[in-house]
Amino acid sequence: MDKIRCAIIGPGNIGTDLLYKLKRSEVLEPVWMVGIVPDSEGLARARDMGLKTTADGVDGLLPHVAADGVQIAFDATSAGAHKANSDKLTALGVRMIDLTPAAIGPYCIPPINLGAHAGRNEMNVNMVTCGGQATIPMVRAVARVQEVEYGEIVATVSSRSVGPGTRKNIDEFTQTTAAAVAGVGGAKKGKAIIVINPAEPPLIMRDTVLCLTQDEPKQAEITASVHAMLAEVQTYVPGYTLVNGPVFDGKRVAIYLQVKGRGDYLPTYAGNLDIMTAAATRTAETFARHMLGTTAATV
Amino acid sequence: MDIKGLNVTVHDMTLRDGMHPMRHQITLEQMQAVATALDAAGVPLIEVTHGDGLGGSSITYGFGAHTDEDYLKAVIPLMKRAKVSALLLPGIGTEDDLRMAADCGIHTIRVATHCTEADVSEQHIKLGRKLGLDTVGFLMMAHMNTPEGLVKQAKLMEGYGANCIYVTDSAGHLLPDGVAARISAVRAVLKPETELGFHGHNNLSMGVANSIAAVAAGARRIDAASAGLGAGAGNTQTEVFVAVCKLMGIETGIDLLAIEDVAEDLVVPMRKEPQRISRDALTLGYAGVYGSFLGFAARAGKKYGIPAREILIELGRQKFVGGQEDLIEDTAMTMARQRPAA
Repeated sequence: MDKIRCAIIGPGNIGTDLLYKLKRSEVLEPVWMVGIVPDSEGLARARDMGLKTTADGVDGLLPHVAADGVQIAFDATSAGAHKANSDKLTALGVRMIDLTPAAIGPYCIPPINLGAHAGRNEMNVNMVTCGGQATIPMVRAVARVQEVEYGEIVATVSSRSVGPGTRKNIDEFTQTTAAAVAGVGGAKKGKAIIVINPAEPPLIMRDTVLCLTQDEPKQAEITASVHAMLAEVQTYVPGYTLVNGPVFDGKRVAIYLQVKGRGDYLPTYAGNLDIMTAAATRTAETFARHMLGTTAATV
Repeated sequence: MDIKGLNVTVHDMTLRDGMHPMRHQITLEQMQAVATALDAAGVPLIEVTHGDGLGGSSITYGFGAHTDEDYLKAVIPLMKRAKVSALLLPGIGTEDDLRMAADCGIHTIRVATHCTEADVSEQHIKLGRKLGLDTVGFLMMAHMNTPEGLVKQAKLMEGYGANCIYVTDSAGHLLPDGVAARISAVRAVLKPETELGFHGHNNLSMGVANSIAAVAAGARRIDAASAGLGAGAGNTQTEVFVAVCKLMGIETGIDLLAIEDVAEDLVVPMRKEPQRISRDALTLGYAGVYGSFLGFAARAGKKYGIPAREILIELGRQKFVGGQEDLIEDTAMTMARQRPAA
């Protein structure tokens, strides 16, 4: 089968884990890794894995976009750098998958709105946050059954899996996730909380989804909807599991999840990072199938 | 060290940490009555809002009877001498919440993180300083870090601009030697103008003793609550601390008889149930578990038929940190499932 050629911007933990996932893809072929530090480990690793690399940032990639047929680029840099990267690449017709908190394009939570984004040929989509990828599908699983007055999510992550960028601007996580709990999840109002736990050995990511329904919860329908959504997320995040719930208490619906990573490049406890790269890969694969004209088999 | 003649700022917790046993349901009228009486008794600094700080009102931690804004606006204009503070846990509260509280007229913001995660406080400490607030870094669950480890974390917070750093015994697990070791270590490396504070809980009956040890080691702000109203077995009891300070010659500026009356006449009648070192509260202290987990474990235990004490021990074993209240019911469910049918 033909493959759509991709570039990854940012050879750090996220970019490298993404590279491992793209290498397995039937419809994507990673061809370029873009960095800014010439002797970085990430660039060296990408070269070892057969990619072309540049340490001149996106400007180093631009002259090769047409010749190498790059059609999709993943941005795993920072919110500050994303807009310029995106502007330069989308001008050349490259579609951007944004893993930074910049969110200049619409939010993408694959089981909820990826199909719609692919159908509209969206040029830039944003992958929200790790906590958002882990929980918003479940907010939706409740909201597609009945009106959710209020949705609240709590993401507990291991200290080792939270990088300096997130720590410097923790509000970006809480505010972006809360906005997407409402905007994409379908709750009338959203709230997000993140808790960082330093325990050793590191804890595997945990996520709690709490919804207040407008009317009495339709328990059987919600339970069925939650299990259907679970199966859907598991198609791209095999370590996504329901630990307990849904539990009903008056109008409160509680869903307790765990996200164990695949351990591609990042350790398995870092389910928070894995679900981001997995969701980004799923998004690019769906775009690629649209581009290749084989949409029937996808979401 | 001779502590006679030292001045100590007592920071009242009744209307913030005290929200935990009250399940965040203190009324505006109760807040106003208690705060006014504390002010009249000479308490210089009073913390107000949801027990989990700004933005804490939630399904996870419990919805407040009123918004943080309503509480702050109800209390601040009534204060004649006392200043008002608010607490903020990054990951729960946001910069917007902090700006709101500053607009309401708070004097002090306390930015709280787990004792190993100070670098998530940069954003909010910097904003606190920019807004001209007395800005405190609050290192919670301090028993889970060594004195040397706490020093590194305290230096981070000081570097972001905090003018006061707290060693916070959220689990009420530390003993006086452990408090002294931590405060002394931090005192030795921070700038002399950076103040130190201590926040104690009474789960091992050490609230007052630990606070005195902290003062002797260099702390100049001490958290305390009237009648000890606070999470777990409660906070250091203000009226007892003030009495002990008087006996030791430490100056708090608080009128002993007046502060006794606040506890006896206003706070004790407000309590939903007597606050004591129950076996569950003792377990918090003994096992080093976050104080506000107490009520959550009791309710989950009742619902799933597991003794609260066993749930608390399991939370300690899993090294839960403050904020993980959402997973207490989850833990109880998992324990109930793994238990052989009776």
